Amino acid sequence: MDNIVLFLTVVYKCADKIKFIFRKEILVLAAFLQKFGNPPNMGVCVACFERDIAGALGLHRASVVQYIRPEIIGFVLGSLVAAFIFKEFKARTGSAPLVRFILGMFAMIGALAFLGCPWRAFLRLAGGDLNAIIGIAGLASGIAVGDQFLKYGYNLGRSRNSYYSSGLIMPAIMAGLLLLLVFAPKFGANGAIFLSEKGSGSMHAPLIISLSAGLIIGFIAQRVRFCTMGSIRDVMLVRDFHLMRGVIALFLSAFLINLMLGQVNFGIAAQPIAHSDYLWNFLGMVLAGLAFVLAGGCPGRQLILSGEGDTDAAIFVLGMITGAAFAHNFGLAAKPDAVIDGVLKVGGVSSYGMTAVIIGILACLIIGFTMREKI
Amino acid sequence: MKIDACGLSCPQPVVLTLNAIKENKRNLEVFVDTNIACENVQRLAESKGYDTKIDIAEGKFKIVLTKQE
Repeated sequence: MDNIVLFLTVVYKCADKIKFIFRKEILVLAAFLQKFGNPPNMGVCVACFERDIAGALGLHRASVVQYIRPEIIGFVLGSLVAAFIFKEFKARTGSAPLVRFILGMFAMIGALAFLGCPWRAFLRLAGGDLNAIIGIAGLASGIAVGDQFLKYGYNLGRSRNSYYSSGLIMPAIMAGLLLLLVFAPKFGANGAIFLSEKGSGSMHAPLIISLSAGLIIGFIAQRVRFCTMGSIRDVMLVRDFHLMRGVIALFLSAFLINLMLGQVNFGIAAQPIAHSDYLWNFLGMVLAGLAFVLAGGCPGRQLILSGEGDTDAAIFVLGMITGAAFAHNFGLAAKPDAVIDGVLKVGGVSSYGMTAVIIGILACLIIGFTMREKI
Repeated sequence: MKIDACGLSCPQPVVLTLNAIKENKRNLEVFVDTNIACENVQRLAESKGYDTKIDIAEGKFKIVLTKQE
């Protein structure tokens, strides 16, 4: 334990020296959440965790991925607190909600073909999973395509200010989820709430730790405007490395912490909750990246925005949760690699999943091409 | 030149400002309605060698961009 503290201090000092104060906490905390019981290489994954929430509510019945993840609740509420304190809470609405809902659904289908959101992609890489490089390449490609739409006038229209209380709906939903988790009521013999007894859904850090980490991350991410998608987009679009520096710092700190905790295991096949089908790792993230650009933020960022009163971002989040339900009910989500009796069984995406990813990419292209203002 | 980027989500305000900068406009007024958009536009402007001045009124930000000869 003393070694851990010493090492942390060193990491912090190094990070401070290169002026990345604050930005490193997210993945650092994520690496620790994993140590405290979260699934391997999944300290924090917005897509996976929203999928688990969909499962806990019974929106899908994949019994190994059902849990109300307090981290997600924490992100929204932490952002809400930060927005209140710094007077940035502003209820807004009205920028193409249905389009955002659809983008959220497809973003989730793409992310589940890869098995992770951008945050987890960086976490997987920090844990030695080299498939994540393919995923991140796909993410960057999707963002590059989206950037072209932005350059040629794509936008979903203006939002407008709305009633104060409307901005509080998403935080209220999160508070409700927290109550469901704490009291874990059972609605009938075979009814919700569903909580996994095995599989990644059953692996979680203690509630209080997860929730606190979520609140801290939500608070900090609101302050520093952390966005993985935005970091890549800004480098490509305006050569702005402001957000990218944060992401690199996060990745390096998570990698160091993982090294220290012995959580790094370089390889491609049979990585934790990952598959090694290159093409669909790539295409899944192309879809996700494209959908994120068109909607204006990665899944984590959308949660933070919903905490600030942005109800359009909240619609995207609900779209993602719905997309997760479809992904599991329709067999679209990828299966991880498995080692059975010493024999590697490569996972990957079913033909349904492949079709869904292609449909998603086409849908995003249509949205990008047709929703442009003349500039 | 005036740019009204109120209500537009990231990165629209930055894209619109960048397009105007590319047309070599020396004086620009950009209107936005969130802190985040304001920070982003300001950062872009400064990276392109503009001086910026920010006025806040009624929850809206006016960013005045000027470039010396």
